[in-house]
Amino acid sequence: MAKSLQDSASSAGGVAAGGPRGAEGRPAPSTVGVAAATGPADQRSEVMTVNIGPHHPATHGVLRLVVDLEGEVVRELRPVIGYVHTGIEKSCEDKSYWKVIPFVERMDYVSFFFQMEAFCGAVERLVGLEIPERAKHLRVIFLELNRIHSHLVWLGTTALDLGAISMLWYCFRERDRILDLFEMATGQRMHTRYFQVGGVIEDIPLGFERKLREFIAEMPVRVGQYEALLDRNEVFLQRTKGTGVVSRERLLELGVTGPLLRAAGEPWDLRKAFDYLSYSQFDFKVPVGTVGDNYDRYRVRLAEMVESTRIVEQALDGLPEGPHIADDRKYVLPPRSELSTSMEALIHHFKLVTEGYRVPPSEIYYAIESPRGELGCFVLADGSAKPARVHFRDPSFVNLQAFRDMSVDGYIADMICSLGMLDPILGGVDR
Amino acid sequence: MPDAPGLELIRGEIDQRRPGAVVDTSFDNERAVLVVDPAHLLAVLGWLRDSPGQEYAFLSSLHAADYLPAEPRFAVHYELLNRDRVERIRVKALLADPGDEALPEIDSCVDLFPTAEFQEREAFDFFGIVFHGHPDLTRILMPEDYVGWPQRRDFPVGGEPVTFTYNERRYG
Repeated sequence: MAKSLQDSASSAGGVAAGGPRGAEGRPAPSTVGVAAATGPADQRSEVMTVNIGPHHPATHGVLRLVVDLEGEVVRELRPVIGYVHTGIEKSCEDKSYWKVIPFVERMDYVSFFFQMEAFCGAVERLVGLEIPERAKHLRVIFLELNRIHSHLVWLGTTALDLGAISMLWYCFRERDRILDLFEMATGQRMHTRYFQVGGVIEDIPLGFERKLREFIAEMPVRVGQYEALLDRNEVFLQRTKGTGVVSRERLLELGVTGPLLRAAGEPWDLRKAFDYLSYSQFDFKVPVGTVGDNYDRYRVRLAEMVESTRIVEQALDGLPEGPHIADDRKYVLPPRSELSTSMEALIHHFKLVTEGYRVPPSEIYYAIESPRGELGCFVLADGSAKPARVHFRDPSFVNLQAFRDMSVDGYIADMICSLGMLDPILGGVDR
Repeated sequence: MPDAPGLELIRGEIDQRRPGAVVDTSFDNERAVLVVDPAHLLAVLGWLRDSPGQEYAFLSSLHAADYLPAEPRFAVHYELLNRDRVERIRVKALLADPGDEALPEIDSCVDLFPTAEFQEREAFDFFGIVFHGHPDLTRILMPEDYVGWPQRRDFPVGGEPVTFTYNERRYG
């Protein structure tokens, strides 16, 4: 709550308040060239329905927008989704619990650690498995690195939409360092399958701590550099300040969570509200905005990257010794070294790999704070080794409903800006 | 979340206003659950949202589940949240399968919680649950001309023909 954000003048996207603004820094997407070419009289009188997407770089994935335009002003907007629906939730019903993990990672492909935590955490609560302290800290480290990674992807692509091309390269430079860290610890750069029911699959390797410390020393400096590049950039400021404003009350009605809600001044963060993993042990702030425009959304996410770095540092400093995964052989694979000496370990390994473990009939909804808001996982267990239903309450899916409120009666250029600041990941929306 | 006596108090208050609205209460993984009669769903949700002392004003999630072979078969889950007290409560409406291609029906809560719009469409899309009063109840993730309710338990995994059949035709 400490980060006091700069109040932005209410320039209000919309013809009535703002009037036509200068042409600088307002490259309209080519699909609206038709509307712009007609005369001024026609712009006022005729409403034209334009289809944007599903294959359009500024829609951040396979999102289709049916937009009613009056000149350059958006009068009505309808998002059409489902183009990358792959039936992941249905497929999960045919997999034993431990095989579901790589599936759910691929929903929201930018925040894969969060999908894993939502699912593994839900199953751990269903079977009543307590995970070791070290595993909780390791999970926090990787979740927060993933949050920085997700925000970097967001910042790079959104700034790119607004014409700041170099931001993409700078952001992806740091993103690559995070992926290097993931690769070092887990063997994979993305979709790591690192979290297991009971903890994490293996301990961090030698040398990881040094590389991670180098990164967390550097990251706040980098965030400062992004700010220096964007915060006095006239084009960026004009396109973000005062655009896409939605009131706090309306956002809450629409179920919007995450940075979008916090930018409107509501300090709601599940990491603070609910006690999960070891977040209650760390000292971090929840950045909030004041106006709720696109500029505040940008400031909140930037501040969150710094806060996440602080959490990673504290988790690394306080990383307890001990096992990285629970020692319950009914749910957790035995150590590899035991397989050649212990018959019992071999049996457990065989049972877990072939049939999997059974989960008693019950259901759970477990929610965590993902980079985009409340990520909930509903698991329904029917007593067999496969879940009867796995449902994800994806924050992008719910937040997308606010897009109409953000864009209607504003310029189409502001709509593109708002879409970037909404930060939807269509893999998560469509699942 | 409300503890067990708190849940019974809520049940008692609803019973006074709407006898028979609450069918059952339970505690599932430390989550208080109110099982309500679908006919009284909106009254219960509205009371939980607005009455002083409750104020579960935020609908975190709305999702459907298929409990086949149990009867009644379907359920719509409403995960309500009071952000001031940081309390969650789950309202569950059980719906029987009317059989013979007919679809289970329930009232839409979009007027109470506008966030439910997409999520009710999703429940309709995958389970064929009809929400009365929804402004635009169409398929949301599946193609609009799709036939069937793919996340019902009696819909087979792999029941969807693969449309890229060139290799199969050529190489068998």
